[in-house]
Amino acid sequence: MSEKFRFLEHTADAKFQAYGRTLEEAFANAALATVSLMWEPDEVEKTLAHEVSVQGRDLEQLLARFLSEAIYLVETRSFLLASVNELTIERAGEGFQLRAVFQGDDRPGRYSLSGHVKAVTYNEMRIDQGCPVTVQVVVDV
Amino acid sequence: MELRQVTDLIWEIPKQGEMKVPATIYASSGLLQSVKKDLTLQQARNVACLPGIQRMSYVMPDGHQGYGFPIGGVAAFDMEEGIISPGGVGYDINCGVRLLRTDFMEQDIISRRKELLVEIFKEVPAGVGKGGITKLSRGVLKDILTRGAEWAVENGYGTGEDLLMTEEGGRMLDADPAHISERALERGLPQLGTLGAGNHFLEIQKVSHIYDRDLARVFGLSEVGQIAVMIHCGSRGLGHQVATDYIELMENKLGTKGLPDRELINAPVLSELGRQYYRSMCAAVNYAFANRQLIAHWVRDVFAKVMGSDRGMRQIYDVCHNVAKFEKHVINGEPREVCVHRKGATRSFGPGRPEIPEAYRAKGQPVLIPGSMGTASYLLVGTEEAEELSFSSTAHGAGRVMSRHEALRRFRGEQIRDELLKKGIELQSTSWKGVAEEASGAYKDVDEVVRVSHEVGLGCMVARVVPVGVMKG
Repeated sequence: MSEKFRFLEHTADAKFQAYGRTLEEAFANAALATVSLMWEPDEVEKTLAHEVSVQGRDLEQLLARFLSEAIYLVETRSFLLASVNELTIERAGEGFQLRAVFQGDDRPGRYSLSGHVKAVTYNEMRIDQGCPVTVQVVVDV
Repeated sequence: MELRQVTDLIWEIPKQGEMKVPATIYASSGLLQSVKKDLTLQQARNVACLPGIQRMSYVMPDGHQGYGFPIGGVAAFDMEEGIISPGGVGYDINCGVRLLRTDFMEQDIISRRKELLVEIFKEVPAGVGKGGITKLSRGVLKDILTRGAEWAVENGYGTGEDLLMTEEGGRMLDADPAHISERALERGLPQLGTLGAGNHFLEIQKVSHIYDRDLARVFGLSEVGQIAVMIHCGSRGLGHQVATDYIELMENKLGTKGLPDRELINAPVLSELGRQYYRSMCAAVNYAFANRQLIAHWVRDVFAKVMGSDRGMRQIYDVCHNVAKFEKHVINGEPREVCVHRKGATRSFGPGRPEIPEAYRAKGQPVLIPGSMGTASYLLVGTEEAEELSFSSTAHGAGRVMSRHEALRRFRGEQIRDELLKKGIELQSTSWKGVAEEASGAYKDVDEVVRVSHEVGLGCMVARVVPVGVMKG
């Protein structure tokens, strides 16, 4: 998969599509797209890891809650996400369970930061499990 | 979609399909062109379908596409049959503006403005991931959520007069932190007293025009060239998390079936979940009032340190731009309490309303409309007609016309800094990329937005200010 994500036109907020061969890969790339609005994930050193575990009543809620983790971690732990590893999505009861390991750095002073993602929205959110799997998200910035 | 022209500045989407009321858009034909390019009109129509909506679904002159409700959207709902919606308030609860006046004139500070900005930057943390300097305990945070700017003043940040000159006196009395999530508290703890990033800014401004000399004097501005300070920020991660949490709680409890847009999720105003959201939202409103109160206090400190005095730096007013409130309005000739949502809109009460500070009550409420970075901002006054036109509301800013990505393609931060400097505006920022994204070319013309507000009578022009120094997160 050459392209991980692409930003689309949106007047006020930021809208992107993230791609993957699998749903898991598309979700992971969506996290990278989200943080790319604040820093360049490729430039961040992988000095520590955070385990992430979220549930959702449907895939949309699972995606919103998963992406919100990256925002939560920068605001409360100054943690900058560099890569998403070992991402799994399983059915759990009526809904879904996602687990992943975030790797990154908690020394924000070392990087060039800009902008701020306030929240993940459901506006125009789409999850298309075609080929490639495509997830579309609008984040409030 | 059918759009009927009512006057040259008023447009209506007639009631059709599932709409319970018509939608009204206040715009010049120029502004309407940009509104038509995105989903604003569709979103205004969706709001008109919600239960218990009263009179109209309104779009202010700076309206543009939001999520669920449009930005610049105003809607009032019946207390019994109506709803309250986190998407009708927005993620940045009580994103708002505070304006401070001084007795300095342009020539007093022009050579010191860079020094002032550098010092303000040291005092007021800005930019993504930058924590506040105040170390808070959870207990103190809950106290702040309950008491807002009152907490700040009691702890030495500012004066009682600041509270008088703040919407709600700087404290929404219905606030209750009991139903705010642990995660929201965690996001709020490190961020009190921070400016944030994105479209938030702090500006040192000078008065460029006075339209109504008497009113300007009542509000504290008497001449062109007079220096003022504007602070634009909100409830930071705490407010964003409250919105996220309650959208999710309402979805889990009520489901999303039948909603044209998932972000229109809502709960009856007086249901348990509706009340919990309202009280939590009020707490986030209070956090934002306290936030701007701390920042205003530090700005005064910096002026005192650099200039030897803050020379009469008094607060003109502080307004909310994203909020839901229970207010009395006249509907079908009867005064009734309704739940007014203002999402990217400013309250614009006319003369006599008891909510207005006594010193201004005979004249009307000051309305603060910030422009985009480096452009003009306005001081307006609320009107009696706005009650009938928009549940006493008007615009809140310029409104974007270009995406951040397009702005990044077209503008460079360093170039914008140089251009602003040529216009006599000093810019300090944590990020050149952020500066490019917020380039004034990516926004509607605030002068046009304010002209429409003035001519329709939503809020009338009192004075125009332009920046001499800009601090951006």
